Amino acid sequence: MAQLDDKHQSQDSQPDSADAAGHGSIRSYTIGFVLSIALTLEAFILVLNHSFSHPVVLVLILIMAVVQLLVQLFFFLHLDRAAKAPWNIIVLLCMGVVISIVVFGSLWIMQNLNYHMLSPAETEKYMQKNEDL
Amino acid sequence: MKRMKVVAEAALPTTVVDDSETTVDQFRSKTIFGFWLYLMTDCVLFAVLFATYGVLHNNISGGPSGHELFSLPFVLVETLLLLTSSFTCGLAMLATQRADKKQILIWFGLTFALGVAFLTLELTEFTKLIHEGNSWRASGFLSAFFTLVGTHGLHITSGLLWMGVLISKVVRQDLTPGLIKRLTMLSLFWHLLDIVWIFIFTIVYLIGAR
Repeated sequence: MAQLDDKHQSQDSQPDSADAAGHGSIRSYTIGFVLSIALTLEAFILVLNHSFSHPVVLVLILIMAVVQLLVQLFFFLHLDRAAKAPWNIIVLLCMGVVISIVVFGSLWIMQNLNYHMLSPAETEKYMQKNEDL
Repeated sequence: MKRMKVVAEAALPTTVVDDSETTVDQFRSKTIFGFWLYLMTDCVLFAVLFATYGVLHNNISGGPSGHELFSLPFVLVETLLLLTSSFTCGLAMLATQRADKKQILIWFGLTFALGVAFLTLELTEFTKLIHEGNSWRASGFLSAFFTLVGTHGLHITSGLLWMGVLISKVVRQDLTPGLIKRLTMLSLFWHLLDIVWIFIFTIVYLIGAR
């Protein structure tokens, strides 16, 4: 406890030490919270209103999700203060690459497979048409 | 020789004090970095489930689609509950930094209550779907849906258990650096679950109910 008290006192003398410890301040949490709620409600209202054509809405709400991801990474997880330990960011970026390969790769391959595969009805039609083969 | 020197250094009181300080630091502690690595692999787990859902979301096999099943206002309430719990978890970490036990208990208690409320709503939705005959056996779409959202719910459940254990520790013990480290890791876990839920909200519910 004595160590903690020492630390507490030294923090009072240094206003920036809250940032140094990587936990942020009440201001950063509040900004992150308000931005997140605004983005969530905006995406929700956009979908409810149907005011745009579907593909536009789709792209917009995906962009809003990614923006909210960045907002939370900065204001809740404080990755902007991780300059002292770049490994956290490096691992995060590597995972981003792995995740995009897995997600977009799977979707691409499966869509391609779907496209090249005939449905049972189509297969029957094809076989009837080429009976003499 | 070198190892002996390291041991001797570790025995010095100054080094010990330094060590206890770095354990509180989110970006210098090795334990917390290790936990960060686990969180990143957890992201890959969710990414695989999202990819599965993306591939299967049109395979409704004659059953209902997301458009008929999901109630958006209900899910919005779930989302706001989880978002608020992530915020109160952040406030709890600020209190931890000030070593203010009363505030820690208030904010983590609030986070716990919001998490329980979220989980209750999610389970209500699941039981409603299953009662209407739309369980995971109904179609490929529903299998993928229950796996993805259920895995997130399972993470929330284990997060709540962990939070309960740590809250009881804060009540009974002094605020040691080890306990602060555990609270920090729990807060990282909780923030990350909130981020995963944003993508579930967007990709499964908003796009599904469009």
